Amino acid sequence: MQKFADLVDNLYYLNSNNAKAELILEYLSTTPDPDRGWAIAAIAGTLNFEFFKRRTVKDIIVERVDPILFDLSYDYVGEMSETVAHLWSTTLDEPIDPNTSLPSLSNVVTQFSSLPKLSIKLYLISLLNIMSPTQRWALLKLGTRGLRIGVSARFLKKILARYGAQRNPLITIEDIERVWHGVQPPYTDLLAWLDNKSDMPDISNKLTFQPVMLAHPIDDNTLNNIKPELWQAEWKFDGIRAQLVSNHTGTALFSRNGDDISHSFPDLIASIEANPIEGRFDGELVALESNSTALQANSEVDYNQIASFNRLQQRLNKKKPSKALIQSTPVGLIIYDALQIGKDDTRELSLQKRSQLIKTLLEPAKTKNKPAQDRPNLFASEKLKFASTADLLDLKEKASKLSNGYIEGIMLKRKDAIYVAGRPKGQWYKLKRDPKLIDAVIMYAQRGHGKRSSFYSDFTFGCWQEDILLPIGKAYSGFTDEELKKLDTWVRRNTLGRFGPVKEVKKELVFEIAFDAVAPSNRHKSKVALRFPRIHRIRWDKPANEADKLSTLIDMIEG
Amino acid sequence: MHPEKWIRTDKYGLYCKALNAYIDPMQPVEHAIITHAHADHARAGHKHVYATAQTLDIMRVRYGVDHAVHFHPLKYEETISLGKGKLTLYPAGHILGSAQVLIEYKGQRLVHTGDCKRQADDTCEPFVPIPCDIFVTEATFGLPVFQHPPIESETQKLLASLERLPESCHLVGVYALGKCQRLLLALRKLGYHKPVYIHGALLNLCNLYREHGIELGELIEVSSLADLSVLKGQIVLAPPSALADRWSRKLPNVMTAMASGWMQIRARSKQKRAELPLIISDHSDWQDLITTIKEVNPKEVWVTHGREQALVHQAQKMGYKAKALSLVGYGDDDEDSYSKSDKKISSNSKEAN
Repeated sequence: MQKFADLVDNLYYLNSNNAKAELILEYLSTTPDPDRGWAIAAIAGTLNFEFFKRRTVKDIIVERVDPILFDLSYDYVGEMSETVAHLWSTTLDEPIDPNTSLPSLSNVVTQFSSLPKLSIKLYLISLLNIMSPTQRWALLKLGTRGLRIGVSARFLKKILARYGAQRNPLITIEDIERVWHGVQPPYTDLLAWLDNKSDMPDISNKLTFQPVMLAHPIDDNTLNNIKPELWQAEWKFDGIRAQLVSNHTGTALFSRNGDDISHSFPDLIASIEANPIEGRFDGELVALESNSTALQANSEVDYNQIASFNRLQQRLNKKKPSKALIQSTPVGLIIYDALQIGKDDTRELSLQKRSQLIKTLLEPAKTKNKPAQDRPNLFASEKLKFASTADLLDLKEKASKLSNGYIEGIMLKRKDAIYVAGRPKGQWYKLKRDPKLIDAVIMYAQRGHGKRSSFYSDFTFGCWQEDILLPIGKAYSGFTDEELKKLDTWVRRNTLGRFGPVKEVKKELVFEIAFDAVAPSNRHKSKVALRFPRIHRIRWDKPANEADKLSTLIDMIEG
Repeated sequence: MHPEKWIRTDKYGLYCKALNAYIDPMQPVEHAIITHAHADHARAGHKHVYATAQTLDIMRVRYGVDHAVHFHPLKYEETISLGKGKLTLYPAGHILGSAQVLIEYKGQRLVHTGDCKRQADDTCEPFVPIPCDIFVTEATFGLPVFQHPPIESETQKLLASLERLPESCHLVGVYALGKCQRLLLALRKLGYHKPVYIHGALLNLCNLYREHGIELGELIEVSSLADLSVLKGQIVLAPPSALADRWSRKLPNVMTAMASGWMQIRARSKQKRAELPLIISDHSDWQDLITTIKEVNPKEVWVTHGREQALVHQAQKMGYKAKALSLVGYGDDDEDSYSKSDKKISSNSKEAN
């Protein structure tokens, strides 16, 4: 555990990727199994269980320190694990002995995964009592699966590929990607292969995720020089990107990060298992209006049946959705692409070819004239006709008006592009519709977390109703580091009062807020909710009473 | 008469009616008592300045000989009459020349610590607790998460890194006044006697410390080097503002360290891009703030700046009447404000180069 804590502590502070890679390579070659595999899982974020709840951590610290001092400390540090790591020292009668030996990482993992619930708290306390603040921080981050140390899963896989290639020159990052989602912590089979001591792990019988292909935002130059005959245009829906895998072992739905989200969408899974379609599909999961049949019944898609992202969010948040929720908010998958159809890997085919295959595959389901509930909730993504850049810009405009605003823009994909994991250049582009803008007044500020800890960087803002400001949303982004410092100073100088960590400020500063859509909601007193609000400009010059009225915003609700 | 009747805060800072003088005013005033020479406490342009001789020396180096009209150097523990009351300075242990201010008026004693520290520091006189009715303290590190380790172990971290990475130039961000000299002394005490390379902005104050009898060992200005590759495996000290500046890009194979009490907070280190955080502070940590209040055992505790809410809460829990003065402008949320004047010096020194 010492070695692991040192590793993540060092990684946390290092800025250079090379230095990080060196450190991890050294750790991998000098640490035995299964410790090093658990470390990989911790860094890649693939530990599939929490050791303890954040709630437990909070409970045991407030049992030991003054709750007011805890709140103030947490507010300042902006991070629970670190706050507790330091505060724990104040609960001990004497300083810890730095020479105390700690249990191994795998021992800690095993203990936490096997201990009965009641003992977990005691075991955690016993560890915290013998650890240094750095080790406590590492344990708490690990145990709550919140370890963020500037090493992405993708970067770690590259390092693993380098580690493997040092022993077997044939191993590449693509190999790692292919098996990654089929192997489990502590990765002894994976590491044995990388150590050149065994074959590549066999994952053919598993329902696994494969990394998806991503798009770049399009720049004006590329957009103006698009040759329509080479490109395919589609709507960019505002749901969540998902990968559907179905084969003889079962059916599963993954988020674009590889999280298995099947349990939240049993209706979709059931509709596919009732109408087996083998393959691996890349699409957009969207919420639908209840009893909507329009999408299924016609080849012409009725986009008015797509429900808001908020509704999809409700489905996503439920691990076991109720029947009522499934009925009121069904879901569908709009298929953009296929990585595999039947048993054939289609990634090396052109997009044009893949699109044809998808069309053929989904055709029979439609023509069978089955009742809606007996068809899979899969729909082919519409291919948009265009003959010029001007047409594309018109389509972008149209995107704002269709489907209650739940189309984000359009996608442009090269017809001859093969399917490549990651974000290859020049293959897929996204053209997002223009954001909507409104001037709002900042009302409350809160300290940020992570990189922005101790700076006031989270803002609640509102619009006028008569002479009262009603909050319409919160935003954390859109300003530069320089502006952040200025805003932080402004908040300190213009504070009216405090509610716990929240500061109420003078109603004097106007933000121009950009957002993608506005929908009715009960979350705020204003009864509206913004989709993806961000701070577009800080209007130091604009008097607060000239900010927008709430009615202006309500008029912008679509549909 | 209760000091609440003869001391108040206004836009210039803390004003003592009894002495007709401000303590560490933000803007030029008639009579200014200066606790220490950090830029956020000592400003130029006052008519009368009351401070220790060392503080006045430092202000002269930073602001020029004519930064005030009349200078009133005070020895520690020397009492003078000022206005209707009496004024005495006592060591605060913060930096060279730093002082606590004792004001006596109509049977009441008020002590203002300025900034202070309890950890050992060979560059200045140690803090002494002064009995008083009202104890006015800072709370820069006034949260229980702040626990400053001894300077020896933090300096050892720097030496250990130097040993592990003998090819790296170890660039350490230090405040020009106090931290720089204290770290140099700590290095020498641990047996590091090689030359230490410094950014030009640190030179004047190091020379001044030497004039005050504080030996810093051999220092070489980075700008005097023809070949910067000799800096591999060496220690370079620079003001924090230079860490991210173009200046540091020419250094070979840099390992960036930063010596500051804020380095205890991970995100703060990241904000400074410090890969080697050294928790070295010239302020009291939480425990020392509490110990000091206990030792002084006043009737009331007033907190000037920093994390005042937590320290006020703690003092009340300990049974003291306590309140926050909410003075703005000091240290704000960062020791960085010190570096503003260092920047000025650094641009001057660039011109001189």
